[in-house]
Amino acid sequence: MKTLSRVYMWVIFALLYAPILVLVIFSFNEGGSLSSYTGFSFRWYGELFRDSVALQSLKNSLFLAVSSAALATLIGTFAALGLDRMRNQYLKGTVNSVTNIPMMNPDIVTGVSMMLLFVAVAGILGISDILGRWTMLIAHTTFSLPYVILSVLPKFRQFDPSLREAAMDLGCTPAGAFFKVELPHVLPGVISGFIMGFTLSLDDFVISHFVSSPDFQTLPLYIYNQTAHNVKYSMYALCTLIIVTILALLLLVNFAGGIGDRSKRRKEATK
Amino acid sequence: MKKKLSFLERAAAVPHMVWVVMFIVAPLLFVAYFAFTDVGGGFTFSNIQLLSSYSHIFLVSICFSLVATFFCLLIGYPLAFFMSRAKPSTQKLLTVLLMLPMWISLLIRTYSLMTLLDNGGLVNSLLGKLGFDPIAMVGTGGAVILGMIYDFLPYMVLPIYTSMQKLDNRYLEAAADLGCTPLQTMLRVVLPLTVPGIISGVTMVFVPSISTFYISQKLGGGNFDLIGDTIERQFKYPSTYHVGAAISLVMMILILISVAVMNRFSDEKGEMIV
Amino acid sequence: MNNTLIKLRSIEKSFDGERVLCGIDLDIHDKEFVTLLGPSGCGKTTTLRIIGGFENADTGDVFFDGERINELPAHQRQVNTVFQRYALFPHLNVYDNVAFGLRVQKLKEDEIQVRVREMLEMTGLRGFEARRPATLSGGQQQRVAIARALINRPRVLLLDEPLGALDLKLRKDMQNELKRIQRETGITFIYVTHDQEEALSMSDTVVVMANGRIQQIGTPTDIYNEPVNAFVADFIGESNIIDGVMPEDNKARFAGHTFDCVDGGFAKNEAVDIVIRPEDVDVVPVEKGMLSGVVSGVTFKGDYYEIIVDVKGFKWMIETSDYVAPDEKIGLYIEPDAIHVMKKSEYSGKFGDYSTFSDEMDHLSDPDAEVSENEEEAILS
Repeated sequence: MKTLSRVYMWVIFALLYAPILVLVIFSFNEGGSLSSYTGFSFRWYGELFRDSVALQSLKNSLFLAVSSAALATLIGTFAALGLDRMRNQYLKGTVNSVTNIPMMNPDIVTGVSMMLLFVAVAGILGISDILGRWTMLIAHTTFSLPYVILSVLPKFRQFDPSLREAAMDLGCTPAGAFFKVELPHVLPGVISGFIMGFTLSLDDFVISHFVSSPDFQTLPLYIYNQTAHNVKYSMYALCTLIIVTILALLLLVNFAGGIGDRSKRRKEATK
Repeated sequence: MKKKLSFLERAAAVPHMVWVVMFIVAPLLFVAYFAFTDVGGGFTFSNIQLLSSYSHIFLVSICFSLVATFFCLLIGYPLAFFMSRAKPSTQKLLTVLLMLPMWISLLIRTYSLMTLLDNGGLVNSLLGKLGFDPIAMVGTGGAVILGMIYDFLPYMVLPIYTSMQKLDNRYLEAAADLGCTPLQTMLRVVLPLTVPGIISGVTMVFVPSISTFYISQKLGGGNFDLIGDTIERQFKYPSTYHVGAAISLVMMILILISVAVMNRFSDEKGEMIV
Repeated sequence: MNNTLIKLRSIEKSFDGERVLCGIDLDIHDKEFVTLLGPSGCGKTTTLRIIGGFENADTGDVFFDGERINELPAHQRQVNTVFQRYALFPHLNVYDNVAFGLRVQKLKEDEIQVRVREMLEMTGLRGFEARRPATLSGGQQQRVAIARALINRPRVLLLDEPLGALDLKLRKDMQNELKRIQRETGITFIYVTHDQEEALSMSDTVVVMANGRIQQIGTPTDIYNEPVNAFVADFIGESNIIDGVMPEDNKARFAGHTFDCVDGGFAKNEAVDIVIRPEDVDVVPVEKGMLSGVVSGVTFKGDYYEIIVDVKGFKWMIETSDYVAPDEKIGLYIEPDAIHVMKKSEYSGKFGDYSTFSDEMDHLSDPDAEVSENEEEAILS
């Protein structure tokens, strides 16, 4: 049973990673072929860094991810506060389920619906090209919102109201109690909400596909356009760089977590 | 002072509500509006009526996603179980391994799978070296389904794994104590107690599968039109926005109904558990 | 108490390098009510889990009816378990929970129905068939857990702190109930608890454990009256444990006075531990006492007073029905048969002085500590 489970897990994970690994390996291929490896080279990486469109897409992606995550975190955190204090259960339920629609709906429907809104508004206002940076920002903020609320709202719920009362008993004003006691408690949720929004925005392709214009491309859109026609091998290099970045981030988070664990364990040992 | 603050606190959700109405509710209303109007803006049922000519596309999409979902469940369920019974340190590593592909863009993963299966790809060149004829894989329905399974498997495993983790080991011990073999324990105790995880896994695989267009474009080689492809095509030109909206509306309703049905099923189970 | 049903021989077990059991030898007889009693972390739950087949011993053997069953998986053992906090299947109702074992055996539904009815009748659960475990009270869940285990007609029933989650009154009722069920069914019960009162009132045999070792095996009266060392004396009931010597048989010298006693068989002038139960000390006027001391604390307990008396720096606990005032000087009188002499052990000097009374009691009677220990064991497995 033990060996069976180990073999099974190995096989599935190997299959899961095989295509990605092949892609990474062939990004260092000297020749331009996928069937044979002719020698190690950084040729495609060099080409990638001379590609100004790719670099501009990267910049756009980062700008969009930071700004949309920040906006979603701001609106979402206030929303979570309001929802936590709201007494009207019916209204609360409605707001919650409407907020979650982008999470439940297929991305393509969300993308299409926003595109139709923008196009219709453009038609009414008589603007010819509304799609671009600002529509992207609105769309990304919208689909990040439910995730921000999802990570902040439980923090407000878990907060013990008697702590707020204790703070006021010790001389805090209500506002002081909120900022000194409640906000620090909620902060981890706010931060994880921001990170969530950031990664979702970086990763999104489907919704962006419908609300962007050729003059504001993000990295996923660039990859899509590149892979739509004849493949440029610098794409392999780009994908490899992205994978390595994600891997590094994950390891960093986990390594940092490991350090935390160890110091915690040490603390317990000295008890 | 206190009253003022609590009013402010409750008003904090107002910007969010405004945003939600403007950018979630209004867009969906526009989908409905476009679905029931023609290019001139007049009310019409013709877009909906036109959908009958797309029925085979709906059928193929539903079949493909059901098969992909089924295989994800078949492969993912044992994986989730084995993961949940591993040592805690191993579990942490396995979770990272499982989540890493979820963080890598779907485009990259699909694309890398395509390069592997392509006519000039690694699999076929290996086959050639072994003396076999190359197999044309890209462009077949099998490749599209394989792509869905490959892309969405982690989304099946993760929720099931989470519900397995919550499963108290004492239930497994109690089952063994009452005479269950490991297989009987699986069927009589583990499976019924992980239904919520299965439901959310199935939803998380089925919904993106049925609405995908990139997978079918790349791995289907343009031979398969799924709902996603059809919608995407309609929104390239303003003249077909209305038909596209109609298709989107119908797909959305279909998905909402099936999700609601599954959730009711899970609620019944959930009631047992709570 | 005829034939031996379960035999444990030199069982050892470690978790992550920490020794939990260090050489357990134990015989359990047919139709016996055996209690494994000890504080948290003493290894009693692990011993039970080894018998149930949820844990394998590192070394040593488990025999069941003369057969070695070390490798036999849990589902093939003729043993059923009432789990700590019950482990009732949340997706099944009461009837289906109780019928579970019989369904696994693939019995016919009409026979299952008869036996489930009978079992629900015996455990007083009629009318609850369709209820989910989560909608039942603690006591009812307890009954379902017992019914679910007993319906399989096991040779042995293992009970892991089954009353731990119930409140005091319910515990008392369930103690009587369990005893009745055990007598009616004639099934061997192996019962794990940290509550000495529970152990004394229910068991035929009590096995006192500490630090992964068995300290004493005996009937409740033996354990109470003749504890083998300071640990047992302190853990079972209240006791004053004093350093003493045996100048000769039937004489014990402690607290600066030589007493008559009824113990013997020690070397001349051997250092020993003396145990005197609080209820065995009589309060008398100073001039009539063998010892004298100053009352440093009085607690009213309802039917008696619990007083702490300082005798030359050693604090005695005494239970008396007569009121004495704090700071009063009193005499103490001890009958020869109230003096119990024990050999020195690793536990000597660690227990039985009531100067740090309250802390110690809190530690021993803290049920949460016990629960978390058992959870840890469960996770480790």
